[in-house]
Parts: sequence; structure tokens; C-alpha cells
Amino acid sequence: MSALEIKNLNKVYSNKFAALKGIDLNVNQGDFFALLGPNGAGKSTTIGIVCGLVNKTSGTVKVFGHDIDTDNDAAKACIGIVPQELNFSQFETCLRIVLNQGGYYGIKRRIAMERAEKYLGKLGLWERRNECSRNLSGGMKRRLMIARALIHEPKMLILDEPTAGVDVELRRSMWDFLIELNQQGITIVLTTHYLEEAESLCKNIAIIDHGKIVEDTSMKQLLSKLDKETFFFDLVDPINTLPDLNGLKSKLIDPTTVEIEILRKDNINQVFDVFSNNNINVCSMRNKSNRLEELFIDLLSNNIKTD
Amino acid sequence: MSTQSLFIPFSTIVIKEVSRFTRIWVQTILPPAISMTLYFVIFGGLIGPRIGTMNGFDYIDYIAPGIIMMSIINNSYANVVSSFYGAKFQRHIEEMLVAPIPNFIILAGFVTGGIVRGLMVGAVVTVVALFFTNLQLHSFTITFAVVLMTSIVFSLAGMINAIFANKFDDISIIPTFVLTPLIYLGGVFYSVDLLPEFWQKVSAFNPVLYMVNAFRYGMLGESDISIVHAFIMLIVFTITLLIISLQLLSRGVGIKS
Repeated sequence: MSALEIKNLNKVYSNKFAALKGIDLNVNQGDFFALLGPNGAGKSTTIGIVCGLVNKTSGTVKVFGHDIDTDNDAAKACIGIVPQELNFSQFETCLRIVLNQGGYYGIKRRIAMERAEKYLGKLGLWERRNECSRNLSGGMKRRLMIARALIHEPKMLILDEPTAGVDVELRRSMWDFLIELNQQGITIVLTTHYLEEAESLCKNIAIIDHGKIVEDTSMKQLLSKLDKETFFFDLVDPINTLPDLNGLKSKLIDPTTVEIEILRKDNINQVFDVFSNNNINVCSMRNKSNRLEELFIDLLSNNIKTD
Repeated sequence: MSTQSLFIPFSTIVIKEVSRFTRIWVQTILPPAISMTLYFVIFGGLIGPRIGTMNGFDYIDYIAPGIIMMSIINNSYANVVSSFYGAKFQRHIEEMLVAPIPNFIILAGFVTGGIVRGLMVGAVVTVVALFFTNLQLHSFTITFAVVLMTSIVFSLAGMINAIFANKFDDISIIPTFVLTPLIYLGGVFYSVDLLPEFWQKVSAFNPVLYMVNAFRYGMLGESDISIVHAFIMLIVFTITLLIISLQLLSRGVGIKS
């Protein structure tokens, strides 16, 4: 059984804007799934429909086999949602927000309190449980929403840009926490702008653009489609002109930095051979951008051309 | 969902609502006590003796039920409209929308919050009234039933206002331009028999008239309108507003895209 099964999902808003144009999506149980796309592509609309915050125009959505049209309560009970925007009362304490959410799911106060202690503790918020939520930092507010989403111990956790505006250290600790949840069997669906995040965490990926799924595959397969990579080479001594690099596309960014585009079929050793023959010493080398980011940009630009 | 699993979300919403308005009691409970004290001082103590009697009662005794009812109406309405719109504005209404809570439980939770505030403020104003007049109680059952139904009607009305509201102006327009005139023209300060026949007929369309008179009957045993007629109207208003509220919630008007 799929954790999430979306078929021919359409959404046309009242202003006639078609946000989703017949998307199909399948997320397996236990998956760590990334739904990527540029702003306005339809990610939040898709998540909103799955969670019951947006009315769909047509199509079917099943959560662990429960159709949201005919068995909505059971579908909702399977989902925990961490939205992109803060959506808790700024005047309530952290503990009250989490306990109230437990109450909305019909969880008895004693059990909700145990779980609140567990999840607020794991996310480093138990010490601040009696603090008014508006006094928390941006990162703490995001973690509070994760604790709130877990209070009913859902089978699937959906996170819409969970690490937006979160510092690097905290982002890494949130990744570790999400990996731990996934290892416990919770299916995770993630949208993010940080493609490094998707590449590090997710097993499968779908890319949505202009309301259509333009790619739906495993992360491994998607990355294998990458036919070129761009590298920066940092030089020990400055140079004024670049030697001929056997026809490779290259650019001298500044006297000590060279940008070279290397196709998958090409051998990177030839670059070092040319540098050695010309007494150019390289002190370091790095990718210009994340591999997934390069593919993402390629896919979206191809989609624009076909549109 | 089982009865128990429905009761937990219901009680969660009610406790949240009650703790919300009691936490800010200076804004919610105290102002009606002060403004109603002024009504009793000005209309009851200063102007009342010059007016004399109304339908055989001292003027202050005659207006006391109307003033109590006015505070119940205003506060039941204000509680639901501000709380539900606030939840929409801050988006924490989504906490309920993503959970498996039936719409009638969400509605019942907010309406109960409105009823509790209405009753609490009504009790405070009644205590204030005791400083100015000796209140009578003709029928506890009728009095309590009218208070309960009135606060349900205006809590539901507040909910409908909040559902349609898109900005804070929208939740003050209806109380200012609709609710206040209805209350003042609903027989709080006068007997409808004083009006010319045409305006008596117009007043028959004012729901507040039935509530104030039914409440006055419960306290003084005196009403401009038949008590049975008043209860029928209260039931009609309650059912109508209940159906409209549930329809709006189930269609997601104002809360879902």
C-alpha cells in the first residue's frame, strides 16, 4: 500500500489560476520523499489538498489507502503537517500549543503530556515549554511546529520548507532528527529550496513546475542523468591567460580561479595534465553548485522551453 | 469518531476559548461591567425617576433585564467573532482543519466559548444591577432558557461574521452598524407599545425584541410579546443560523482556498 497516492489532481483557484494540472504522484511507505519546484510551482497547493487545507477541483488523493473524499478523518489521522508559514497562536505557551493539538486529534491529556515531553525534549524545547511562543527564535518556532505535528504520532510527516531561515547547525540537527524519524518507519515528504538538503536526505524525488510533475524518480536515477558538472579550480599562483583545455568550456573568473565545465564522457585527468604541462599548480577544486541543483535548473529550463 | 473522541477535541476548544477571554479579562469582562454601571446610573438613577413607571414598573426595574440582555448579546457575539477571525488571521485555525474534527464540533466549541463569556458577563452585570435595584425573578427556567438561546443565536451570528471577514474592519462593521441599532431599537429602554403602529410592525422584524421581552418576562412576568411567540422566534433564529454556519464551514468558505 502506498503512503500517498495522487491521481490526476487538479486545482483551479477562484481567480481561474490553474495551480495543479493533473498531477500523479506515488509515495511509498517508509520513503523519504522530496517534492521540489520553484516558487508558485504547486508544491504548497498539493500539500494543502492532502492535509485538508485546500479544496481540490478534481482528482483523487489517498493516504495509506484512505480516500480524502470518503474517509477523510482516517486520512487526516495518518498525517502530521509542518507548514511553511507559522500557524500557531502567538499568545499561547509552547506546551499549550502542543497539548491542544493532541486534543484536536482526540488524544487524552495524560498521553498528550507524555508525548509533548518526549518531542519537545528531543527538539530542545522542553526547558522553554512554559514560554509564550512569540518569544521563541525563528528556529525554535519551526521546531515547535515539528513537535506539534508529531503529537498524534502520524504515519506520514509532511514538511513544507522546514529549514527555511534556519541556521546551518540547527538545520543539520533537524536533518538528523528527520532521519531518526524515518528510520523508525515514518514516511517523510519534504519540500525544500535547499537542494543539498533533498540530495542528502531523500531516497525518491518529484519535481513540479507550472502545476505539472516534470520528473518523478529515485534520487540515484535522477543524479545519473547529470551529463555535465561545473568545477572551480583554485590556483596557487595567479595567471593572466588560460591555456587551451582541449576544447573544454572554461573561464578565468579571477587570476587564481578557473571555471571548467566537464561532460560525463570527458576525463577530468586531462585538465590536470594541461595544468601540469603549463606549470599551473592547483590547490583545491570544488563543484560550482550542488549536483541536484544543476539538474534542477536544467529540468526547469527544459520545461519552460517545452511550455 | 466515538463520543469520547469527539468530547476531547470539543473540550479542548472550549478550554482554549475560555482561557483566552479570561486571560484578557480587563478587555473582556471589565468593560461591560463599567459601561452597564453607567447605564444604570444615567438611565436608572438620574433619568429614570423623571420618567416614572413603564408598564407598571419603576423605570430602572423595567430596563434592568434589557441591560443585562444587551451585555449578553454583545459579549457572546464579540467572543466568537474576534476569536474565530483571530484564528483565521494568525492561521492557527489550520491546527483544527488538519485534524479529524467534524465541523459541528469546531462550531460547538466556539459557540460554547461565546455562551460562557455571555453568561459570565451577564452574571457580572446582574451583580452590578443589584446595587441599583432589587431584581425580581418570575421564572428561573424561562430566564435561563432565554439567556442560553440568545447567547447561542449571537455566538452563531458572530461565527458567520468571522467566516466572511477578510480584515479586522469587517468584524467591527456588523456590531457597529447592525447589532447596536438592533439592540437599541429592540425594546431595552422602552416598551414597544410606545411606538406608532407602523414602527411596531417594523420592530417585529427585530430579533432582539423577542429576546429582551422574553427575558423581561422571565424576570418581571411582563412582556410586550407573547412568550410562546418569542420562544418560537428564538428557535427559528437558532436553527437558521446553525444551518448556515455548518454549511459555510463544510464548504470551507473563508477558511480554505
